Amino acid sequence: MDDANGAAARHSLSLYVANKPGVLIRVALVFSRRGFNIDSLVVSATQDPRYSRMNIVARGGRDTLEQILKQLNKLVDVIHARDYSYEDVIQKELALVKIDCPPERRPEAFQVMEAFKARTIDLAEATLAVEVIGSSEKLDAFETLLRPFGIREMVRTGKVLMARGAETT
Amino acid sequence: MGDKQLTGAEALVEIMIEEGVEFVFGLPGGNAIPMYDALVGRNVKLILTRHEQGAVHMADGYARATGKVGVVLVTSGPGATNTVTGLFTALMDSVPLVVVCGQSPTPVLGLDAFQEADVSGLTYPCVKHSYLVKDVQDIPRVMREAFYLARTGRPGPVLIDMPKDISSALLAIDADSKDFHLPGYSVPREGGAKSVAEAAKLLKAARRPILLVGHGAAISGASSEVRELVERMRMPAVSTLLGKGVLPESHELSLGMLGMHGTAYANKAMVACDLVMSVGSRWDDRIVGNYASFCKGAVKIHVDIDPAEMDKVVKVEVGIVGDVKAVLAQILPLLERGDTDDWIKQVARWRREYPLAYRKEGKVRAQHVIQELRALAGDKAIFTTDVGQHQMWAAQFVGTEEPRNWITSGGAGTMGFGFPAAIGAQLGRPGELVIAIVGDGGFQMTLSELATMRNLGLSVKVVVINNHYLGMVRQWQNMFYDERYSGVDLEGNPDFARLAEAYGVKGYRITRPADVRRVLKAALEHDGPCLVDAEVEKHDNVFPMIPAGAPLKDMLLEAPRRKLEKPTGGT
Repeated sequence: MDDANGAAARHSLSLYVANKPGVLIRVALVFSRRGFNIDSLVVSATQDPRYSRMNIVARGGRDTLEQILKQLNKLVDVIHARDYSYEDVIQKELALVKIDCPPERRPEAFQVMEAFKARTIDLAEATLAVEVIGSSEKLDAFETLLRPFGIREMVRTGKVLMARGAETT
Repeated sequence: MGDKQLTGAEALVEIMIEEGVEFVFGLPGGNAIPMYDALVGRNVKLILTRHEQGAVHMADGYARATGKVGVVLVTSGPGATNTVTGLFTALMDSVPLVVVCGQSPTPVLGLDAFQEADVSGLTYPCVKHSYLVKDVQDIPRVMREAFYLARTGRPGPVLIDMPKDISSALLAIDADSKDFHLPGYSVPREGGAKSVAEAAKLLKAARRPILLVGHGAAISGASSEVRELVERMRMPAVSTLLGKGVLPESHELSLGMLGMHGTAYANKAMVACDLVMSVGSRWDDRIVGNYASFCKGAVKIHVDIDPAEMDKVVKVEVGIVGDVKAVLAQILPLLERGDTDDWIKQVARWRREYPLAYRKEGKVRAQHVIQELRALAGDKAIFTTDVGQHQMWAAQFVGTEEPRNWITSGGAGTMGFGFPAAIGAQLGRPGELVIAIVGDGGFQMTLSELATMRNLGLSVKVVVINNHYLGMVRQWQNMFYDERYSGVDLEGNPDFARLAEAYGVKGYRITRPADVRRVLKAALEHDGPCLVDAEVEKHDNVFPMIPAGAPLKDMLLEAPRRKLEKPTGGT
């Protein structure tokens, strides 16, 4: 799984696929057959109802990933699949985090939230639910800073990405 | 499709006819009845098999022998699941098939109805592409796409799951627009000019080049280009199991098959070469042995129609994605005769020093039977094989002059393939002699098709190399597992000759070396189907042999006296 440097890098893939049943299984099988774990997977509509977009973040060696990309591109229902890990693209993810937050700790929490431009979406007696948007790395850092409060639950949308400028993804 | 309103099933048959389908192989069941009904009175011959696995292997043998798409029609549930081995076999060897499965009506899909199985889900990993048809209006387009996908690019099996209510429904007149659009699918032809020029430059500079010929060269019909290349460059050629015959094996530059049980001279040449150019092979572990040490120091060029094969297991200096025939046609004009005289002499020396050999002593030797069979059958006969020791001996001793005359399950290694494949081949090429060389183990997996062969009145000759063992596994246990035999003894085999007679197929038996020529001659001259049960030496092993995962230089020419380590490679 590891690449030449021994590191299992995180890869961000974008797939443009036919919008029909079974495509997700075909894509998932390409990963599972090679023992690749998928960290996040976002399937969404596109501007064209005939096609869907898949954004996948997976961790593994570069050689295996290259083989996975070729196998994905070989699928008849995949119009194209590309690795954007090493490119400057727009990348966003959204997280909802619910923390333990009694009134006396609120100022501290709001301070962290302000630094991350996070928003309060539910404020209760003992808990606080916040929404944060940004790169996956920013969300990771936000999670680390909230951990001392006690995270009751967290959900992340997974990364979505888009090429910059006139280029299409 | 005219102005008469058709059912989905009728439209399906209509498009089969349009696609030139001669035979449909299969076995019906409830959810396939509308499609079987639509075949009545149509100009497509239904071949009723005794098992769905037999149907897929027959379609496969037909496709390999003719280059056309093989078509299968089965029912839902167990009918469809019985095709899985055949689909996998065809996928691994890039064989064009269209397999249509009846399915439960759409309202009950996923509700565990009688004979309802998630056939798409079961078959995703062993098809090139598949469809679950949910609208009768889609049938013409789906059928056309299926045939197109099956036969173009890297061929493969395409599955169509057809619910009964859809095949029974009526199609709107003019529903068929005849065109389809597959934006995620492209068929490479010519290679990139830059890599073609680079390959030509490397070929010209090589002193000890070798051409490695795979199944892709056969599929692409590149025999004449391959021959021109080796003759122009004076470069020897080795072939994979499925590349046999692309360059006639009688050609002075053919070194036969390489790899695990290939010829010693082919493997020695691989170890010593300074350039290897693969045309339509995927560097399978059976020919490479050990990836880390494979052709170390040699320049590698890879021509393949499938981009996913590039740098998959062997890293190459030049990769050319394209059709072998088209790419060789691009390269040939860039080449001039190579300086390889010393290399050719060296290879010729190896050929003299390490010929394929066996001793005709003691009991009947399988090699003797196969060699005699090949001699009697002549250059034009079509041979199919099953999988195991007899397959490797056949690969060694059945010299092949035409690629479509050698039909065997390579990548999948499917026992039970050889006999039904021979029936399909005979249907596709009715005027020709078709011989199935099978083992006693594999034959028993699909021998019920004796009834199919008999009913069709086909003159297929079945030769059972009978050693009462699952011989290849026995060989491994003998050589690498301290002779601890486990699950390989087939004592209790039926009397195959009498079994054949029970099916109305003439049976012969070979028990002594002196019988070999006489009995084989009688069998080949017999007007009709027959079976020869050749009782051969039980404890024979196939040599040369490169233990799985070992480098090619570790080839064993005969049974070693010392104890061997267990192989590191698979199977």
